[in-house]
Amino acid sequence: MNTISLAPGAWRRALHQRSLVLGAALTLALLLAAGLSFLWTPWSPYEMDLAIKLQPPSAAHWLGTDAYGRDVASLLLVGARNSILVGLIAVGIGLLLGTALGLLAAARRGWIEELIMRLADFTFAFPAILSAIMLTAVFGAGIVNAIIAIGIFNIPTFARVTRALANAVWSREYILAARACGRNRWAITWEHVLPNILPMLIVQATIQFAIAILAEAALSYLGLGTQPPQPSWGRMLSEAQTLMFEAPLLAIWPGLAIALAVLGLNLLGDGLRDWLDPRLNRAR
Amino acid sequence: MALLEVSQLQLTLATPRGPVVAVRDMDFSLERGATLGIIGESGSGKSLTAMALMGLLPEHAQLSGSIRFDGQELIGLAEPERCALRGNRLAMIFQEPMTALNPLHRIGRQVAEPLRRHRGLDAAQARRQAIALLDRVGIANAASRADAYPHEFSGGQRQRITIAMALACEPDVLIADEPTTALDVTIQQQILDLISDLVDERQMALILISHDLAVVSQNVDDMLVMYGGSVVESGATEAIFGHLGHPYTRALLAARPHLGAAQSRLQTIAGSVPALADLPAGCPFAGRCAHTMDRCWQERPAVARVDAGHWARCLRPEVVQAPFAANPP
Repeated sequence: MNTISLAPGAWRRALHQRSLVLGAALTLALLLAAGLSFLWTPWSPYEMDLAIKLQPPSAAHWLGTDAYGRDVASLLLVGARNSILVGLIAVGIGLLLGTALGLLAAARRGWIEELIMRLADFTFAFPAILSAIMLTAVFGAGIVNAIIAIGIFNIPTFARVTRALANAVWSREYILAARACGRNRWAITWEHVLPNILPMLIVQATIQFAIAILAEAALSYLGLGTQPPQPSWGRMLSEAQTLMFEAPLLAIWPGLAIALAVLGLNLLGDGLRDWLDPRLNRAR
Repeated sequence: MALLEVSQLQLTLATPRGPVVAVRDMDFSLERGATLGIIGESGSGKSLTAMALMGLLPEHAQLSGSIRFDGQELIGLAEPERCALRGNRLAMIFQEPMTALNPLHRIGRQVAEPLRRHRGLDAAQARRQAIALLDRVGIANAASRADAYPHEFSGGQRQRITIAMALACEPDVLIADEPTTALDVTIQQQILDLISDLVDERQMALILISHDLAVVSQNVDDMLVMYGGSVVESGATEAIFGHLGHPYTRALLAARPHLGAAQSRLQTIAGSVPALADLPAGCPFAGRCAHTMDRCWQERPAVARVDAGHWARCLRPEVVQAPFAANPP
């Protein structure tokens, strides 16, 4: 594989982009929270104690306790783990298969391209959440099926983006020059097309990551994603729903966590796009 | 037998308005070590001819006739065999050096690419040869510059690098499609000199494609003049400039600017190049020629001999070829 090297001064330039810095900080916080939860949580997220249920924030329980007396801060930390796992695997599935299909479509053109793109259109015809609900309803609720459902929906997104980007690269003169050197289309795809579109795919991946976290929260909220007692931000939201008027904070904490994680990833994606695109840099 | 023999080559493009013939009845042959120039304006079919020879035509192009390279028929050749020839025995230099190199790869690696593909060299051997090639085409400090990226070079240097890439496997035929059009005039001469030195040194056959009469006349032994997809005149460069056989070539030569001449207006060819779909049934130049008669519109001229080895497609050679004071450019 080829390394993408950055122009000198790129790191310093990165620090001047507010959305990139803020997005990276929020994403880093999400990763740190998940990492920390493996080593330490204030309380056990599984330990219930009805004697201390629905407590407001205090020195012992920073964000209070839920209806079963579990520590909300601990639940949020462990829930971050869950969100990241879903994001990584679902985006991984989409990125790997979708990019491969998109590259194949661009390299082969003709009926193969038509077939792949019409299949992508077909998948897009169903709303994402609806197809995920359908899949989890058929194959059973649970985190694994939720991940697979979200991952499958990511495939056509990546296939479309990849094909559009790859087609643009295929029309460049250096591709013609590589063909004139006797390279076949697969070698050209691997050595010339993929490295040229990789930065854009990384940006797309961060955005899909945010969408995957939202989708997992939505599925868990509907009871089709993460199953009890595994903590999840979406399930925390759905459990808090019935107590909206007694303990509104219970809904606010996981909602805030989801919002910040999604905001961070989106800002990171936008920031990366601006940072990696030399045309936008010059205009600044 | 000639190294490259093209006969009855016809190239049809599928367009939304129906099929259009972009190259018609093309015949030429090229010996090992010979140089051939193809001259014509945009849309005359010269670049498509180059692409047809390389097997890099767009998918909507249809070829008929024959292209024999070293005894092997190239039309209809399967893609793997094509790939084995391209960059190895047939190589090409492109017009635009600014975009002909991948911006993400170090240039040493790009020059080494054909060596690794065709010669099976390992990375270190290919790199050594790539550096030798870069040195030969005039990149100073080739050993350290091989690790630089394309944006670190000027246009002329980049064209030298693409030449090194094309020459890597010592091809039998080098096709240069407007290799100097995107360059400054001073750099242009250096690049043309480099190409002709390398052609001599390696006994390659050269096909030089250009719209510039001066470029072609100074660098090739034989030339083809193309207009509207047809070869309207062919022969030795000296013979053509000594005795112009076709009104188009004549008009082209007359339209050159003259340095220092007391000429207030530049001479032009009346009208504009017709679209390929709108070519007349007869001579493609009929609409712009000063000597057109009724027959020219209906009858496609056959090749007529002008001198030994010098042919033109014109129905009125006796009028056209009246003495004309042409100084070779």
